[in-house]
Amino acid sequence: MLNGSVIKLSNAVLLLIAVLILNFALIHVAPGDPVEVLVGEMGGATPEQIADLRAHFGLDRPLYIQIATYLGRVVQGDLGYSLYYDQPVTQLIAGRVGPTLLLVGTALLSAILVCTVLGVFSAQKRRSVLSHLVTVLSLAGFSAPAFWVGIMLILLLSVAIPILPISGMSSSDGAASGVMYVLDVLHHLILPALTLALIYLAFYSRLSRASMLEVLESDYVRTARAKGLPRRLVIYKHALRNAVLPVVTFAGLQFGQVISGAVLVETVFAWPGLGTLAFESILRRDTPTLLGILFFSSVMVVAMNLLTDFLVRRIDPRIKAQ
Amino acid sequence: MSDAMHVSGPLAAAPKPVSPSLQAWRMFRQNHAALVGLAILAAIIVISLIGPYVYTVPPREMVWMPLTPPGQSEYILGTDYLGRDLLAGLINGGRVTLLVGFSAACLTVLIGVSVGALAGFFGGWVDNLLMRVTEFFQVLPHLLFAMVVVMLFSPTLLNISAAIGVVSWTSTARLTRAEFQRIREMEYVKAERAIGAGNARLIWRVILPNAAPPLIVVAALSIGTAILFEAGLSFLGLSDPNATSWGRMIGDNRPYILDSSWGVTFPGLCIFLTVLAISLVGDGLNDAFNPKLRQR
Repeated sequence: MLNGSVIKLSNAVLLLIAVLILNFALIHVAPGDPVEVLVGEMGGATPEQIADLRAHFGLDRPLYIQIATYLGRVVQGDLGYSLYYDQPVTQLIAGRVGPTLLLVGTALLSAILVCTVLGVFSAQKRRSVLSHLVTVLSLAGFSAPAFWVGIMLILLLSVAIPILPISGMSSSDGAASGVMYVLDVLHHLILPALTLALIYLAFYSRLSRASMLEVLESDYVRTARAKGLPRRLVIYKHALRNAVLPVVTFAGLQFGQVISGAVLVETVFAWPGLGTLAFESILRRDTPTLLGILFFSSVMVVAMNLLTDFLVRRIDPRIKAQ
Repeated sequence: MSDAMHVSGPLAAAPKPVSPSLQAWRMFRQNHAALVGLAILAAIIVISLIGPYVYTVPPREMVWMPLTPPGQSEYILGTDYLGRDLLAGLINGGRVTLLVGFSAACLTVLIGVSVGALAGFFGGWVDNLLMRVTEFFQVLPHLLFAMVVVMLFSPTLLNISAAIGVVSWTSTARLTRAEFQRIREMEYVKAERAIGAGNARLIWRVILPNAAPPLIVVAALSIGTAILFEAGLSFLGLSDPNATSWGRMIGDNRPYILDSSWGVTFPGLCIFLTVLAISLVGDGLNDAFNPKLRQR
């Protein structure tokens, strides 16, 4: 058990080092001098800053020393410096993590909740309206671009029926405080979270229904029904736990895609998180920031994979026993 | 079934052998949703290919008052914020979107099948190594990585397709690997090996054709995924400056949604319809190749 965790953890660290090496390689393979790549086409860097960057990356030294220096800096929490924002990338990212986690967390949890409910009900009656609804919903949600769904929801719920704010995380006057501020943020959260949840739902609801169907046909569910347990108890106590498992596993493994969706949806709603920061760094050609976000997101994906692994073990004791 | 049992001679009653692809087509034909998808897809491809020659309004020039709503001028879908004809943009944009989607999907399949085939066929350290690489690309946040690549290496159609292909192949590789591991142990593969077939022949001529059905489904679906991916990238401003795709039209028109909802609605509908059609066809192919799963 302990051995397994150590292997998983060292595996995760190796993966992250590989991401860093890839980052490093990209800067060097990209056309132009690495420093120019890092400065970008902003043209905002002074000669001192360029000389600084050269020293920072030790560009006059052999490649393997450069990689080692780079890795060493990242371990110390130094992801480079954004010339556009005039701030260390680590600080920039730290300031944007909160909103992203709030948005992704809300969307992910509500999507898993709703798809579990949908899965349970639609799996019990295969030819019901609800069952078809799941199929249609997942097909449509999978086929529509996430950002476009967001824009359509804005047109519907902010323009045609103006009940929700178009963009941002709080009203611009900023006068509200305390409870009012929280309510304001929640009000702004509804649309982007709804958009993102719809996208996730499309991915999970079919899976949830399929796994519920499979579980309902399994021997132990039949046994539970045969020994006279009430239907409700069988479904919620015996079947559900096992049917949720694939969804949780899938959501954890696909966390990279979860982040991709968040980047697009945040951009649509100008939600001040990492996704919007990534979009802005493309506009400003701010390479260090974009690379920093890439690395940080990889850390989140790896962390999520480990967390999912842990959760699945908690939900399913059979895996622990192996 | 019972009828066949009662026929006098077993050979006389045996139906004519039907080729697997014809069988698959017969299954596919029964799936109405898939047929509709196929029809939509065919229409979109035809319009994209010959549309620009029939509807000759230049897509990138100002032809009318900016922000004209649909149905108020000879340009039936209206104009965008620069006075460009939306319909002409859609017809020409379809080419770019389909081209990128198709070439990215080709690359996805090429990498995915090669990696999966080698890993599944050889096993051992080759499998170990290639699966580590696959794991690595699964961890990498796809969109962000593609954003970095396209930003660092100028946004040409080729680079965009390459970036999408390079991040999207992992699930294809896993599927191919699983199929190869399964088929590798089959009697006919062993027989082929026993009569002296080399590894290359076993991989390409013996196992791959038998692994093909699920791979074809994945390949079809990956075109849709690639189209969505391209749309996302160009929405974020990472698109070829010389080629207008549907995704880029949405990105270009987004700042003006309060004045022209049509500028984002129609290109989005085009993407939606195309990907939906591809998904329907993919589902149909899946059912056609795996009739057993149809009950679900």
